[in-house]
Parts: sequence; structure tokens; C-alpha cells
Amino acid sequence: MGIVAIALASTGALMLAGCAGGGATTGDDSAIITTNGSEPQMSLIPTNTTEAGGGKIVTSIFAGLVSYSEAGGIENEVAESIESDDATTWTVSLKDGWTFSNDEPVTASSFVDAWNYGALVTNAQGSSYFFDNIVGYSDVSNTKDDPTGATDDAGQVLQVPDPLAETMSGLKVVDDTTFTVELAGTEADWPLRLGYSAFSPLPAVAFEDMDAFGQNPVGNGPYMLAGEDAWQHDVQIELVTNPDYSGVRTPKNDGLTIVFFASFDAGYAAVQGGDLDVLDQIPEAALATYESDFPDSFVNEPAAVFQAFNMPYYLEHWSGEEGKLRRAALSMAIDRAEITDVVFQGTRTPATDFTSPVIDGYSDSLEGSEVLDFNPEEAVALWAQADAISPYTGTFDIAYNADGPHQVWVDAVVNSVKNTLGINAVGKPYPTFAASIDDREAQTLTGGTRSGWLADYPSLYNFLAPLYQTGAGSNYEGYSSEEFDTLLKGGAAASSVEDATAKYVEAQEVLLQDLPTIPLWYQNTSGVWSDSVSNVEFGWDSVPLYYAITRN
Amino acid sequence: MIAIFHAPDFRRVVQHRVDQHRVVKNRIDQHRVDQAPGYLMLWYTGKRLLQMIPVFFGATFLIYFMVFSLPGDPVAALYGDRPPSAAVLSQIRAEYNLDKPFIVQYLLYIGNFFQGDLGTTYSGRSVSDVMASAFPITARLAMLALAFEAFFGIFVGLIAGLRKGKLFDASALVVSLLLISVPTFVIGFVLQFVFGVQLGWARTTVSGAAPLDELILPALVLASVSFAYIVRLTRASVSDNLNADFVRTATAKGLSRPRVVTVHVLRNSLVPVITFLGVDIGSLMVGAIVTEGIFNINGVGGTVFKAIRLGEGPTVVSFIAVMVVIFVLANLLVDLLYAALDPRIRYAK
Repeated sequence: MGIVAIALASTGALMLAGCAGGGATTGDDSAIITTNGSEPQMSLIPTNTTEAGGGKIVTSIFAGLVSYSEAGGIENEVAESIESDDATTWTVSLKDGWTFSNDEPVTASSFVDAWNYGALVTNAQGSSYFFDNIVGYSDVSNTKDDPTGATDDAGQVLQVPDPLAETMSGLKVVDDTTFTVELAGTEADWPLRLGYSAFSPLPAVAFEDMDAFGQNPVGNGPYMLAGEDAWQHDVQIELVTNPDYSGVRTPKNDGLTIVFFASFDAGYAAVQGGDLDVLDQIPEAALATYESDFPDSFVNEPAAVFQAFNMPYYLEHWSGEEGKLRRAALSMAIDRAEITDVVFQGTRTPATDFTSPVIDGYSDSLEGSEVLDFNPEEAVALWAQADAISPYTGTFDIAYNADGPHQVWVDAVVNSVKNTLGINAVGKPYPTFAASIDDREAQTLTGGTRSGWLADYPSLYNFLAPLYQTGAGSNYEGYSSEEFDTLLKGGAAASSVEDATAKYVEAQEVLLQDLPTIPLWYQNTSGVWSDSVSNVEFGWDSVPLYYAITRN
Repeated sequence: MIAIFHAPDFRRVVQHRVDQHRVVKNRIDQHRVDQAPGYLMLWYTGKRLLQMIPVFFGATFLIYFMVFSLPGDPVAALYGDRPPSAAVLSQIRAEYNLDKPFIVQYLLYIGNFFQGDLGTTYSGRSVSDVMASAFPITARLAMLALAFEAFFGIFVGLIAGLRKGKLFDASALVVSLLLISVPTFVIGFVLQFVFGVQLGWARTTVSGAAPLDELILPALVLASVSFAYIVRLTRASVSDNLNADFVRTATAKGLSRPRVVTVHVLRNSLVPVITFLGVDIGSLMVGAIVTEGIFNINGVGGTVFKAIRLGEGPTVVSFIAVMVVIFVLANLLVDLLYAALDPRIRYAK
């Protein structure tokens, strides 16, 4: 036993020695805030950054026409005003004196050139579709059949880029501080879009070598990269405050280091150990303990993330009147309150609509929303009515990607369905997200599929149009309703935000009858921070408002 | 994930390899009768190095094929629920050669490989850059772990073997059994919590540069399971050798106890341990994924795991190719060491 003690004692000594060496970095008390992030999937070009890891960096180093306040409203940044008489032609005037951190002035061309770059199909930018309502977008995004006649797996002829123009005719520079935007249709809440990072301006230097720019971007935001090697790939990115920034997000700290974490568990331990200031997601393993670990420094409230599952319209039993009855029965067979409580420890909030409580215009009392309440008797009755049309046989399944944290709740949902309706129900795992998307695109699902939506900008429209409009990009399960489409178009064409909201509320009431997706819950913003920082607030998009954080 | 990266049953691997070495050694012994040993060693090493060529091509081909066969379109997956237009997607596919048939993709990769171009990740970073940042960190971690497990494992195992049946031996067996049966991530989280969060002696997560001192705690976690195996291997081997004829002879010749133990017992007992350590170099390099995840170390395991998820063929294959080379070289080194350690080969000279 004595020798074991010696062996352990000597490792202890090594560890102490190690600690003495590493102490310098832990005791850092400068006002540089450290927070978690992930390695951006693409280089840091605003129009090509579509995921959260790159998004929080791009939003910090660029300032667009407007930015989002904590509540999801917009506040002018570079814009002096964004005005329109008819909600179609918008005149944007810019404030004087804005510069990029390389001293180049921010002008109307900085925006127009950046947007044209983002939309041009040959630049293959991931966010190109954000410009799809600007006149001329169809020309810059035009494609033609592959001349070699190559086809994809489904036998469709591949499309190759064939832009008819290099720039969108709807964007016109009037002078250095003014430009006009002509939209293809009316859109009363168009300015709401403009806080999204894809609408950032770019300096002229970017267009000389976009690849190099993406590694060392030069922006006009509250922060800028701390030198040439600030982005240490897979490790972290170091940002410092931009002295030239004069917008509404002026940093109250000296800088921001975003450390890339492969797991939130490691991040949670790092905040506990004082090696990280702010963590913007609580890992599952800590859900039971975070309130006692961080009694005064956590957040847990609904966010703009909507989670649901869809029943494809191309499956037998799931179309027409029968499908409608079965969808309603499914919806009422699920005990959302219990699942959010037990499985998610209260970090989800049961859904009452198709958007999110943080969005302007949200309502928890839509007509017909009782279909989202747990009601086993009614569920059984509706299921029996559907069986009278055509008896249901076989196993009911819900597909999910096993590389995400979905198994537990999918199992809970199918069990809820199984127990209530007395049918055989199982979860159907796909190994990767890519594999699940393939089957959804090819419309070869055998049952339901999990679905989710994280809003790009705080607008009801963004939760509805891309998912349920006939033929929309993410409407994989083939929902189509003339009534819904008309209401949505009416909302987009409304000349005031209030009128638009009224239409979107009606449109959602149509969805509540049809249930093209069965709403489950809203994901909550959850996060913890150490007691060495204060003023940690999370924005509508669940990302902390970094500029407001102060060091104690 | 853990199951995939967990090494197979070590004892069986080691036993199998020891058997293999006996065969090789016998063959070498037969040649030794009429050929010069130096020439033989060179011939043997050369042959083994040549064997790396088919191993390299076979491994890269298979791995590339497996990544290619992963279900799902990696480009579509990059954009999640909101795919850009089909033309944008097809352009990106063309950029990464994903629109070409498998064999063309593979040949393009191999062609570029021999020109020193390992391809780029989807974030536009060259794979060689990624390797240059990930490999040194994992190598540092693996070597530290190897040093820990070799030093402490042999030390504890030797004492336990010498005092077989005593209290120390019994405790060593219990502790090693515990280490073997408790999963690495449990040990990792417990040590991280105790030393990082509660005591504050070490950083909870390793900083970007991953200096050696910050890697001590992760290395101990990584070494824990192998440490337990080495204790048991050394103990069994030492207690076997204690009863061997040559030890009895050495003792009978009047050699001192320390000399008998270090020169005769320990040296012979190290043969299976060295074999194990050789196999373990490879497992430590790859199997560090769990430990790297817990301590947020930007090493090989995590990088390969991420690349597999993203379907980045060039990244996965380049990393695996290097690992294959490391594996083969480590095994060659073990074989050469084996000849140096085994007295019977030396006596044949």
C-alpha cells in the first residue's frame, strides 16, 4: 500500500507543477470576455455564413443597416432611415462617418456590391436566397440544364449556373449615402430582414480576393479581429473592440475571445472551473444541477427555435380527410407538458403556435390551438373516425438523425402515441443529418420525420413561408393549401406590420386545422455564466449580447 | 462512439502478437546460422518498410470508399434545414469533386496527394494545415500518456509481481480491475471535476496551444486503462519469470537480489509489455477522442470525428493514412526492440 501512495503522490506533484505553469492564463483579469463557439463551417463571408458558429462571429465584426435589440425589434446601425410609400420600393439612406476597420468609408456601394455578390449564382453563396425578393434576383440566379445531360439520383437533369446579369436591377446607388431597393412584391416588414448578417456591407478589398478576405475579414462592427492570426482554426478566434465603431452596440468590454468547444459538457466544466466566462447552452448532463451550480447566473426562457414533427402527404393514410383526422389525433395524443418537464427538465416550452413567443405578433390563443393540448379521449375518437375511412395497419415511425440529441424525445413522443392510440410506434434513427435530409428531399420517408426551425430574423413570415408555402424550399413533406398561400401573400403584401400580423395569425389558424407539422415545443435559450462577469443578456436569437457584458 | 474507438481485447491482441513474433524469430534464427545478422536486420526492416506501400494504398482506398459510401449528401447537410438553390449546391459539389464517380475522386485525391496537396476542408482550409495543428497536440498527449502508463505501470506491476499474494499485490489488482471496468469518460469527468472544478489545481479544459503542463491531467485519464493492463501484464510476466530456470541459475550463481530482479527478471518480463506499448501507441493516437472531448483538446480524434460527420473524404483519408504509417512504424519498432530484448536471439549470434 505504501508504494501505491508514493506513486499517487508523485503524480500529484506533477499536477501541482503543471498548475503553477498554467496559472497565468486562468488568473487573467483583463476585460476580454471568453465565451463558447464552434469552428465556422465556411470562411467568414457574411453571405456564406449560414450556421451558428460562424454567425456569432460575423454578427460581431459586421454592422448592417440595422441590428436586433434584445426583444427582437430593429434599431438603426448604419441606416439613417429605411423608408417606402408602397412597401415595394425602399429608399435607404446611410449615416455619415461610418468606416470599415481599414478606414475605408461605408457607402451605399458597400451594401449594393455585397448584396449583388451574395446573390450571384456563380459565387455559390449559402445565403443567396435572402435576396430572392429583390427585382433582378431571377436573372443573377438563373440556371440552365447541364449541357452534358448529367442527372441526379432522382433522374432530374442537373442545373448549372447561367446568370443573365451580374447585378440585380432592383438595387440602385443614388449617391454615396443613398440607395434604393425595388422588391418583386410588397413586403411591409422587409426592414426586419436587414439585421441578418447576410445583409452586411463589404469593403472594396473583399472583392479583390474573397477567399483571403474570408480568413481575415475586415468589417465595421463593434469588434474586429485581433490581428492576422486572430482566427486559430479549430481552437478559437480573438476579437478586440473596433475603435471606429459608432453604432448602438458599443462594447462595454475590451474584447471577446470565442473558444471553440466540441461539446457543451466541456464548456460547462470550463465555466465551473473559471476557465470560461459565458456558455450559451446548458448541456443535457447539467440540466438537473445548473440552477444550484449557478444560482444567480443562468437563463432559461423560450427562444426563436420551433420543434415539431411532420407527417408526409405522400404516404397512404396521411392525405385528405383521413390524414387530417390522424394528424389531429396524433397531436392530441402527445403529452407535451410532461415530456418537456421530464425529458428536457423544463428547457423546452410546449408549443401553442407555429412560430415562437419571442417573435412580435406571437399569440398563445389562436383559434383551434386546443388541438395542441393533451386530450387522449378525443385523440382515440378521431383516430377511430379515420380508421372508419381506411383502417390503419403497420408500425408508425418518426425519423430522426442520431447524430443530434433527438433519440430521447422521439422515444418519449412515440411512446406517448403508442400508449394513447394503442398502435405500434417506434423511432427511426438515421445515422447522420445528411442521410435524413436525403430521404426527406427524395420523399421516400416511411413515416413521420422530426423537423425544426431556427428563425433567421424575428418575423412571423420567416417561420411560415419557407416551410408551408406550396413548393417552398423546406416544404419537403408536400403540404399545399390555397387558403394558406393566399393569406401568406396577403400578409406579405400588407402595407403595415399590424395588417401583416393579422394575416399571419389567420394563416396559422389554417395550419392548426391542417397540421402539416405537429408542433411540439419551443427550445429555450439556456446558458450560464461565471460570477466574474455581469450584464449577461441573451438576444432573441439565443446568442448572448456580447457587447453588453462587463467584467466585475 | 466509445465502442468504435475502444481498442479490442488487449490481452488477446498481445498474445497473438507474441505468438507471431515467435514465428518470425524462429525464422530469423534459422537464417542466422549462415548469414550475417546485420544484413538480416536490414533485409527484415526493408521488407517491412516495403510492406507499407500496399498497406497505404489499401487503407486509403478502403477509407475513401467508406467515407464515399456514408449515407447522405454532405453538401446539402452543410446547410441544414435551409438548402440554397440546386445550382449553388452543384457548384459546391463540383468544387470538391463530389460530383464525380468514386474511383475518379479517389485517383484525383491520390494524384494530388503525391504532389503534396491533401485537399481542403469545407471551410476552405488546407488539410495539411489541419494536420499540422492537430497531430502535434495528440502526439504530445499520447507520448505523455505512454510515459505515464509505462513508468507507473511497470513499476507497480514489478512490485506486485515480486510480492505476489501480499497486500500491495492485492490492492494493485483491485485498482487495476477498477480502472479497466470503469469507462474512460467516467474517470475523465471525475478527475476534471475534482482537480479542475473543486480543487482548481488544473485547468478544466486545455487552452488552444495545449502546453505540456495542461496536458498532464488528460494524459493521466488517457493512460488509466492501459496503465491497468500494463500492471497486470508485468505482474504476471514477472511472477512467471521468477520461477524460470535462468533466474534460479542466476540466483544460484550468487548474484545479488537487485541484479537478478533488474537484469534477469524485469528485462525478460518486458517483452510482452513492450509489445503492448507498441500496439498502444496507435490506440492512444486514435483512441484519445473521448479524452480529447472531455478536455476540449483540438487533437486528431476530434478532428477525424468531425470530418466523418461532415463527410470530408480528403480530411479523413489523410489523417488515417498518417495513422496507418504511425501504426506500421510503431509495430516495426516493437519488432526490432523485441529482438534486442529477447536474450535467446542475442545468444544465437
